[in-house]
Amino acid sequence: MPVPDPALLARKAEIVRALQRIVPGEGVVSEPAGLVPFESDGLSAYRQTPLAVVLPETTAQVSQVLAWCQANGVKVVPRGAGTSLSGGALPLADGVVLGLSKFNRVLEVDYANRCAVVQPGVTNLGITAAVEAAGFYYAPDPSSQIACTIGGNVAENSGGVHCLKYGLTTNNLLGCELVLMSGEIVRLGGKAMDADGYDLLGLVTGSEGLLGVVTEVTVRILPKPQTAQALLLGFPTVEAAGATVGDIIAAGVIPAGLEMMDNPAIRAAEAFVGAGYPVDAAALLIVELDGPEAECAELTGHVRALASARGADFVRVSQNEAERLAFWAGRKAAFPAVGRIAPDYFCMDGTIPRGKLPQVLTRITELSAHYGLGVANVFHAGDGNLHPLILYDADRPGELERAEAFGADILKLCVAVGGVLTGEHGVGVEKRDLMSEMFDATDLACQQRVKCAFDPGLLLNPGKVFPTLHRCAELGRMHVHRGKLAFPELPRF
Amino acid sequence: MPDTMLRALKPTSAEEVQAIVAEAGAGARRLAVTGGGTKRSVGSMEPVDAVLSTARLDRIVDYSPEELTLTCEPGVRIEDLERLTAAKGQMLAFEPPRWTRLLASRGEPTLGGVLSANLSGPRRIRAGAARDHFLGFEAVSGRGEMFKAGGRVVKNVTGYDLMKLLAGSWGTLAVLTQVTVKVLPAPRTETTLLLFGLPDVRASEAMTVALNGPFEVSGAAHLPSFAARARPLKAEMAVTALRLEGFDASVAARAEALSAVLKGFGRIEMLDAGHSRDFWTQVREVEAIASDPRPLWRLSLPPAQGWRGPHGLPGDALYDWGGGLVWLATEEPPAKVHAVARELGGHALGLRGHEAFGPRYGALAALQARVKAAFDPLGVLNPGRMEATS
Repeated sequence: MPVPDPALLARKAEIVRALQRIVPGEGVVSEPAGLVPFESDGLSAYRQTPLAVVLPETTAQVSQVLAWCQANGVKVVPRGAGTSLSGGALPLADGVVLGLSKFNRVLEVDYANRCAVVQPGVTNLGITAAVEAAGFYYAPDPSSQIACTIGGNVAENSGGVHCLKYGLTTNNLLGCELVLMSGEIVRLGGKAMDADGYDLLGLVTGSEGLLGVVTEVTVRILPKPQTAQALLLGFPTVEAAGATVGDIIAAGVIPAGLEMMDNPAIRAAEAFVGAGYPVDAAALLIVELDGPEAECAELTGHVRALASARGADFVRVSQNEAERLAFWAGRKAAFPAVGRIAPDYFCMDGTIPRGKLPQVLTRITELSAHYGLGVANVFHAGDGNLHPLILYDADRPGELERAEAFGADILKLCVAVGGVLTGEHGVGVEKRDLMSEMFDATDLACQQRVKCAFDPGLLLNPGKVFPTLHRCAELGRMHVHRGKLAFPELPRF
Repeated sequence: MPDTMLRALKPTSAEEVQAIVAEAGAGARRLAVTGGGTKRSVGSMEPVDAVLSTARLDRIVDYSPEELTLTCEPGVRIEDLERLTAAKGQMLAFEPPRWTRLLASRGEPTLGGVLSANLSGPRRIRAGAARDHFLGFEAVSGRGEMFKAGGRVVKNVTGYDLMKLLAGSWGTLAVLTQVTVKVLPAPRTETTLLLFGLPDVRASEAMTVALNGPFEVSGAAHLPSFAARARPLKAEMAVTALRLEGFDASVAARAEALSAVLKGFGRIEMLDAGHSRDFWTQVREVEAIASDPRPLWRLSLPPAQGWRGPHGLPGDALYDWGGGLVWLATEEPPAKVHAVARELGGHALGLRGHEAFGPRYGALAALQARVKAAFDPLGVLNPGRMEATS
């Protein structure tokens, strides 16, 4: 992280007083004990006590806080529920955490336009709760959906097990209100299906809190599918499970969910929840089909036949809603389940072309032996998003560093086979230093100029996403080469 | 000189594109960027010194049906991509429109052009817009720098989502040199339910009922009688159409269930798969209004507000996207069209003549200008194209 500025640390009392003037009452936290809950997010290997925490209640307060911080050169780290798995909300020693937890109201549900207008602190599941009586739901479903907030989902462009069919957060947003670091308030999109001018809503979604603070979100809501049915399919080899995934897609079926777990993940989940998983299978597929009953019945038969043809030796089809939810319970609890078999774990998040899965899993097994650390793999198989969980014990000297190196090797491997560093968890601090595996200096400069267009002082969530922070003035220079012309044979002006 | 009179530079590699853009920047020259050139009439471009066409950047780089991804150069024609993906039972799910008749343009729409304009057909309500299928790219910015963003996999949040930014940027930020898009299985069959004689507001209600139930409607359009009378429909009264796509048993079950909830809207007829396809092609291409001589507007509005559009703007309108996309032929002044669309919570795009884009104000306008400057500080690419002229 950037080295804390001693001058800012020395100004703590003044900064706290200024924030208290904007957000009176208990909206500013500065006592050491009060700051503890904000020290880390879901990536708990990294901790940092912030200078102070401010918890505004109105957009006007957010605007004033940001404007004051910009005028006074104070860094700001926005925070939703703090469930980020990439350290997106990791505080700065000389920075203020801006928590949006008090923005917790559903402002409007507009069924005629199939959307809901909510404040950013509303939980992901809270949106569905507000609309389900009318037969609607909000589709993206990160596993932390009970706790994670829609504001955080926008910042991270969160996914979930149903995003193969229904898309990530970005595909389910219509508009937002955004406060820039300058304090200026802009509205992006609205209730219409496309926006005027550049698609800044799409740009801000997944920008990891670096471009602005979202103070209101308009999300699409969808009518609930008539039925949903899940299959559990156990396979003797990972290759057979992977091939079945390819067959399902090739047959023109896009399941609502298509998950894979390897044997260590199956065992951990089964021991934790008792979902009825086959503990001897090398790989387990969970396939969910939704839609009208006629469709579920037809496709369930189809998927079953494809799995059997690839040698599936364990086949269960959910017979009712309770059973379907039980099938998912193991997968959704995979992370805590693994948390029970090892003191600590790192969850990686690369995406690979699905066809490379056997190759990648073989290499991960080799790396596991090399580093002497266990690994369990859960996999959003339909879209190629791999979550290897690296098991380690932070109390044993050197293990954290080995786990980090193991994780970095896995992500480099993902990039090497044509994939990417992160499918849904974000870059944050965790994968920041690996960005150059995917992007060269020019690519990163283009991205950082976007940052400069929104936050020229680089005060909003610095130290995340980008390995090096260039000053905006330096990035803005045009380098025009007037030397020898390339392609002299090209037609010219 | 009008840009149609200028010689088109047709580079065949990203390196050539870079050389052209860099040289333009160095010489304070400006470029019109085009794909197939079919939408050149949209937007009010300032004078340029040359046309940079991506038409010869037309190679397929990789098509992996099992990965649901397709990587190609931007000049690949939509027709060719549709043939290629159809052979594998797949499609570009956002149903890219051609707009060649609509804009009376020659040439062939390309993938790069469709992405740059973020154009989506009737399936937009279910499958998302072009921007939702844009996974990655390589491009040359207005600075003359080659850069890339995104990836070649369907799920990726690494770095800023510059695909969203370039989709709908009308070539004003960068010249695409390679793109990756998501492809999806094509539906096995389709049918369309037709309702007859509904006034606009009642049609809006019918579409809302259909879209708010578990029927997976993939097209919801309303053609008032003036439009339904035209070819190819030649109906005698207004027609409201709802498309269902998917596996046979599913489509049949949904058609039955949807018919039941729409009983109160009168007689229902169904189109078989072939007629349904033809019908939605003409909706996608706005054929019913394409030869109207008046200025033509595309209003993007909250769907349930769509029918209100023509109330403030006398003219003839037809509706797609469940009412969220209003095609309006009107003589009303552009400033008024933009203002009414904004009041209704959306915006307007003018397709014939000038003033395609409306004015933007305040902090948002300034932010958009800073974003433009981040990629093209010298204003080399498609100068003024997305600006309001009034």
